[in-house]
Amino acid sequence: MRHTISILLENEAGALSRVAGLFSARGYNIESLTVAPTEDPSASRMTLVTRGPDEVIEQITKQLNKLVDVIKLNDLTEGAHIERELMLVKIQVSTAKEREEIKHLVEIFRGKIIDVGDTNYTVEMTGTGDKLDAFIKSIESAQILEVVRSGVLGIARGSKSLQV
Amino acid sequence: MANKEMLGADILVNALAAENVEYLFGYPGGVVLHIYDAIFKQDKIEHILVRHEQAAVHAADGYARSTGKPGVALVTSGPGATNTITGIATAYMDSIPMVIITGQVHSTLIGNDAFQEVDAVGISRPCVKHNFLVKDVKKLASTIKKAFYIATTGRPGPVLIDVPKDVTTEMAVFEYPETIEMRSYNPVVTVNSEQIRQAIELILSAKRPVIYSGGGVILGNGVKELIEFTRLLSFPITQTMMGLGAYPATDSQSLGMLGMHGTYEANMAMHGCDVLIAIGARFDDRVTGELEKFCPQAKVIHLDIDPASISKNVKVDIPLLGTVPEVLQELINGLNASGRQASSKDLTEWWGQIDTWRSTDCLRYNRKSDLIKPQYVIEKLYEVTKGEAFIASDVGQHQMFAAQFYKFDKPRRWLSSGGLGTMGFGLPAAMGAQFAHPNESVVCITGEASIQMCIQELSTCKQFDLPIKIIMLNNGFLGMVRQWQEMFYGKRYSQSYVKALPDFVKLAESYGHVGMRIEKPSDVVGALKEGFAIKDRLVFMDFVIDPTENVYPMVAAGKGHNEMVLSPEMESA
Repeated sequence: MRHTISILLENEAGALSRVAGLFSARGYNIESLTVAPTEDPSASRMTLVTRGPDEVIEQITKQLNKLVDVIKLNDLTEGAHIERELMLVKIQVSTAKEREEIKHLVEIFRGKIIDVGDTNYTVEMTGTGDKLDAFIKSIESAQILEVVRSGVLGIARGSKSLQV
Repeated sequence: MANKEMLGADILVNALAAENVEYLFGYPGGVVLHIYDAIFKQDKIEHILVRHEQAAVHAADGYARSTGKPGVALVTSGPGATNTITGIATAYMDSIPMVIITGQVHSTLIGNDAFQEVDAVGISRPCVKHNFLVKDVKKLASTIKKAFYIATTGRPGPVLIDVPKDVTTEMAVFEYPETIEMRSYNPVVTVNSEQIRQAIELILSAKRPVIYSGGGVILGNGVKELIEFTRLLSFPITQTMMGLGAYPATDSQSLGMLGMHGTYEANMAMHGCDVLIAIGARFDDRVTGELEKFCPQAKVIHLDIDPASISKNVKVDIPLLGTVPEVLQELINGLNASGRQASSKDLTEWWGQIDTWRSTDCLRYNRKSDLIKPQYVIEKLYEVTKGEAFIASDVGQHQMFAAQFYKFDKPRRWLSSGGLGTMGFGLPAAMGAQFAHPNESVVCITGEASIQMCIQELSTCKQFDLPIKIIMLNNGFLGMVRQWQEMFYGKRYSQSYVKALPDFVKLAESYGHVGMRIEKPSDVVGALKEGFAIKDRLVFMDFVIDPTENVYPMVAAGKGHNEMVLSPEMESA
């Protein structure tokens, strides 16, 4: 099963490689991983998506908790939560018809065109992974020049929060 | 001393002194010269110059295992740091508290492929509990404090501190923190009283219980409580190789070691038990055999300090998280308060079954052989040392014979690389133990292959007059490899025969030690007595043993505990 794990960790050099190293050393897979400092610059917030049977996920959370740099973690999948991903897509638009089509599609998906070139648009879009996948699918693959995705960000619903 | 500025190198040495470090095992080199200069100018810490950095770490490890105090090693950057890795991994697998200080190139050179530069923090990361790169001399003292705190608390382990040269040459005020708190590391665990209650219920309902205890009992200083708990219940107890000595081997409730080369009675009891009480043990594959066949009828209680050890390999019914002495004390209190006892009538039947298994005398070997049997040497070593020696072992057949035939009644006497299985560990580990216990017998049980992996330390032993007794079981083979080739590879002895062995007597003598070669069974006892009578010198005893002897009993890979192979000696009996 797919799990989204939120991790609060010390913003120290090497903290990220401790997490990544744990996954490679123990043969766990990382589907996506995002990390950036929080409002407190001494701590970083990481969202990690992984897949595995329950006993493997249990080991993953226990092993992550054992890392000295990990302050706290929360398996978001255990409760109601929100996931979002940011995507930037560069799309080839050579004709007026193509421009119109893409513009329309971007509106439907509630994205934004953030850069316009002679023959291309760059589209910004946020949403769940499924929604971003659906947008990509709806475009001719020959038109897609470049896709950049942030990986999943996650947060629990309601008053529950992961804090130092 | 307070508020006085000093060099980083002096801060480092003062911090180690503040941690009550007695011995620093190390090897100098370019970037640690300031630290070595600081060592020269003080007399609180004795530096032990080894002959290879791997040995520095093993010696610190032997010191730690035999005392319970953290071992400390100091090496230079680059090859000095990489040479420590085997030692660090060895300690990590066995959860040994250690602090390893590696020198690093000047911080402005880091990343430039400077002379003797290696990413020590990166290379060691998978085999340390934690590691640090110190970038600011002002943080050196607090980093050392953190390192000792992390290494010695919770599930212990090695911590590496990488110290760039400039950190040792800059000045700062030395202030050593009394205590340290880390928001991301809190090793204190509170015992869950509901789980204690459930465990007591299950323990009292057991008809065929077994206590399975491991190295965590020794690391967690829970020996007294383990003995009280086991005697209170009159349950049989088997110990992992790492746990030997926690419960007295000569006690009637002890079934000996379990696992691949454990006793018949221990493994059969594991297979037949209905309640398994695991204490400070981690269900290692050499212990469990095939997991599918492991303790098929048992409900499992698992006491451990490390949550990640619980239900890692074997599904646990009742987890008991906490330190061994605290949780065992809770169980003892609960059992006493319950006013109930485990049903002694039911246990009589179980003990009867165990005694039947015991009567197979699974460690029997041919005592009439014209060749020296390795088991016989260990048996006689046990008698001559009255079971009181500190025994460091290398890895292979001799290690298993030592674990089977030396009956440890006390903890911290058996120093062996269990998890990593590091050949070359024995001699340097014995050195660490001998420094810690200068007036005790310290023995290195080894083979002619293992000893050559750190043979250079004979020189260190001479320099520091360490009267270690080396018991080498010389069969001319990589014995355990040969055994597996005989059993599982059609007797194709690929690369397991050790040709061109040195004359070990002359070798020992050339280092300034006493060398002995023993070739007949009738000479074994006399040689041991003679060797151990020499109190002030290292004696290297080369026992030429039966090259065909194998370690039995054996649970082969993929087999269950009840599918042990007994020795051919016994099959024919």
